[in-house]
Amino acid sequence: MSALPFSELAARIRARFPAVAERMSENRQPWLLVPAADLLAVCQLCRDDPELDFASLCDLTGWDLLRYPAQPPSDAIVVAYYLHSLRHRHHLTLKALAPRACCTLPSVSAIWPAAIAFEREVYDLLGVQFSGHPRLTRILLPEDWEGHPLRKDYAYPAAYHGVPHARAGQWFEDGPARAPAGAAPPAGGAA
Amino acid sequence: MKAAEDSIVTTAVDEFLAWGKEHSLFYLLFATACCGIELMQTGGPRYDVDRLGMIPRATPRQSDLMIVAGTITHKMASRVRTLWEQMTEPRWVVSMGSCANSGGPFSKWSYSVLNGVDKYIPVDVYIPGCPPRPEALIDGVMALRERVRRYRTLGIRDRDPYVVAGHEAPFGSHPGKEREATR
Amino acid sequence: MSSDLLIENQHGERMRLSMGPQHPATHGVLRLLIDSDGEVVSRAVPDQGYLHRAIEKIGECVEWAQFVPYTDRIDYVCAMNANLAYCVAVEALLNSDPATAVRVPRRAECLRVIVAELNRISSHLIAVGAMAMDLGAYTPFLHGLAQREAVNDIFEKLCGQRLTYNYVTIGGVAFDLYPGAEQEIASFLDRFEEEFRRFNQLITNNRIFRERCAGVAPVSAEEAIAWGLVGPNLRASGVDWDIRRDEPYGIYGELGVRVPVGRGYAGARGRVGDCYDRYVVRLLEIEESVRLIREALRLLPPKADKPSDPLGGHQADVGKQLRKPPRGEVRVRTEAPRGEMGYVIVSDGGKQPYRVRCRTGSFSAVGIFEHLMRGIFLADIVTIIGSFDIVVPEIDR
Ligand code: SF4
Repeated sequence: MSALPFSELAARIRARFPAVAERMSENRQPWLLVPAADLLAVCQLCRDDPELDFASLCDLTGWDLLRYPAQPPSDAIVVAYYLHSLRHRHHLTLKALAPRACCTLPSVSAIWPAAIAFEREVYDLLGVQFSGHPRLTRILLPEDWEGHPLRKDYAYPAAYHGVPHARAGQWFEDGPARAPAGAAPPAGGAA
Repeated sequence: MKAAEDSIVTTAVDEFLAWGKEHSLFYLLFATACCGIELMQTGGPRYDVDRLGMIPRATPRQSDLMIVAGTITHKMASRVRTLWEQMTEPRWVVSMGSCANSGGPFSKWSYSVLNGVDKYIPVDVYIPGCPPRPEALIDGVMALRERVRRYRTLGIRDRDPYVVAGHEAPFGSHPGKEREATR
Repeated sequence: MSSDLLIENQHGERMRLSMGPQHPATHGVLRLLIDSDGEVVSRAVPDQGYLHRAIEKIGECVEWAQFVPYTDRIDYVCAMNANLAYCVAVEALLNSDPATAVRVPRRAECLRVIVAELNRISSHLIAVGAMAMDLGAYTPFLHGLAQREAVNDIFEKLCGQRLTYNYVTIGGVAFDLYPGAEQEIASFLDRFEEEFRRFNQLITNNRIFRERCAGVAPVSAEEAIAWGLVGPNLRASGVDWDIRRDEPYGIYGELGVRVPVGRGYAGARGRVGDCYDRYVVRLLEIEESVRLIREALRLLPPKADKPSDPLGGHQADVGKQLRKPPRGEVRVRTEAPRGEMGYVIVSDGGKQPYRVRCRTGSFSAVGIFEHLMRGIFLADIVTIIGSFDIVVPEIDR
């Protein structure tokens, strides 16, 4: 019944999974980088270990690293798992990387059913495939939508069912600082 | 004899029908987003649109007026069209709020919001605001009643042709034009 | 009992119903695909996304402060709380680097609590009123709306809007109180308590209403946690967790928030975590909010001349910090009326966010629908939707 600090949480997990790495974001928020191969086992441990007892997955989301000024640059999609223990009242952030070339991660929906909806959303908006998900279909956008809009290289579609978009084919962000490296905005085409 | 004279009112049937329609605009309870809350509050105790003969209906078959209250997305748009088609003629549409008029705060950046419901259905009255106050909604309805009063069921209809801004309607020819041809 | 019903009815006639997106009981544009066997639902699959307005993408396109009006639209029934959640998150990001730290004036913190709790009252009134309306009792809804109008009047004088306030800003609140506001809020609370008693007489103890909610779709504590329910829906299942008390932000830590939990209030047929518990927990939260507002009014420091005064001001200077926020990420959770509203904010040090993610309560509430709506009566679907108090743009964003 006691909250563990991040270092101890990390130590407990790394004792079993040495491939898990401790990381810190630029503004000193600690998190664990979990390799995709270990993800399911680590999540299972997090939920079932009585000292960790992360019964709730408070959030599962992701973002695209394509334009993030990280060192080294990456084109992967981060998927972040925010765990919380209601009994011990401690938190943990896990992250897994899904590179664009093979954008697949194992689904944790068997461990936390809350992930069913969250993973569908990440799939819909960021295009990460979750293997083992019971029904991985688009959740917010229509089934026949093209592209995954929260990716940083998404351009406005030209039209949807005959209704043209006001900004068809434009990039989302303007300005030279944010223009994608080596790519010109597509001429009226979908992403 | 006197009593009989007093009880006969002569009027054109058309005017009588228009008068009836004007005072009983049943509206479809159709709220998608924030503006829907204002629509509800307009029907609520303070603004009480019941006194104008406006009663919310849950099904399009029983309603004369569709108040499009809120954002219409591309996914929703064809459903709006279906609802509009299910309403019995004559039917009217009020577009409430910037979102239904033009996409409002989402028109610039959003990828999924339709820039105005008038791409899919003809609109009679536009009410600006984000959200419009209930007073503005009532004012818009009053403007619509003006229009309803001029509507002729049997005789020559002096109804303005539908004005559709922007693009071609997506489902073949525009519904307004079709109706004009059948008049 | 419910699964027996399903087996008994297996020889009946199967039908598939599409409920929504336009349906008065789905509170907006949620759609449910229902497979039913006579009156018994064998499966109901929610289909959402009819109001997906790309708010998270817009967050990447606009500047930090420009995103606040969009948070209003994420949850328009309690826009103050939605503003607050985002602003608290951005402040946490700025505070993660001492060079850009902001200190919200104390008066602004008190004002935030006052407006957030007022908005919680009006949001819960809509929730319980709409639930009663879905079950056929129209009058309580009108009573709720009448009280909501009174709250709207206060907000309108405060910030000029009735629904989408854009009042809470990064570093404080947009305007100080108007003259006479304290008295007006206090007298509203007194009047409201009276009205609230009447509301309870009218509906809460109504036998028909209670019987229709009792024992319907109970959610156990383990289920609620595993499916990610939050806020009143979680507490109704008997889990004692409120972010205002357990991870306090602003001045909530000083106020001593009392947290009601579900206990099977419906009596003999009730179960912990059924629809009636979810309803009652909201009512108890309204009472708690009234107390919190009184408390915050008592703590309110007198107004200072300078807006950025750390005690009596209402808006700290944040212009410089927002032009160059620290790089990195934060995750902050706040307690909105529909439960946890958590923001994940990623910043690349530019004047726009790199990624804004808003986690909302209704999204996970819809996630559990398919699990709950199995082997129940068709009429109970309306009860369940009403009791979870979903707001569609919160699901779709
Ligand atoms: S016009 Fe404004 S208030 Fe109305 S639906 Fe659109 S965003 Fe919401």
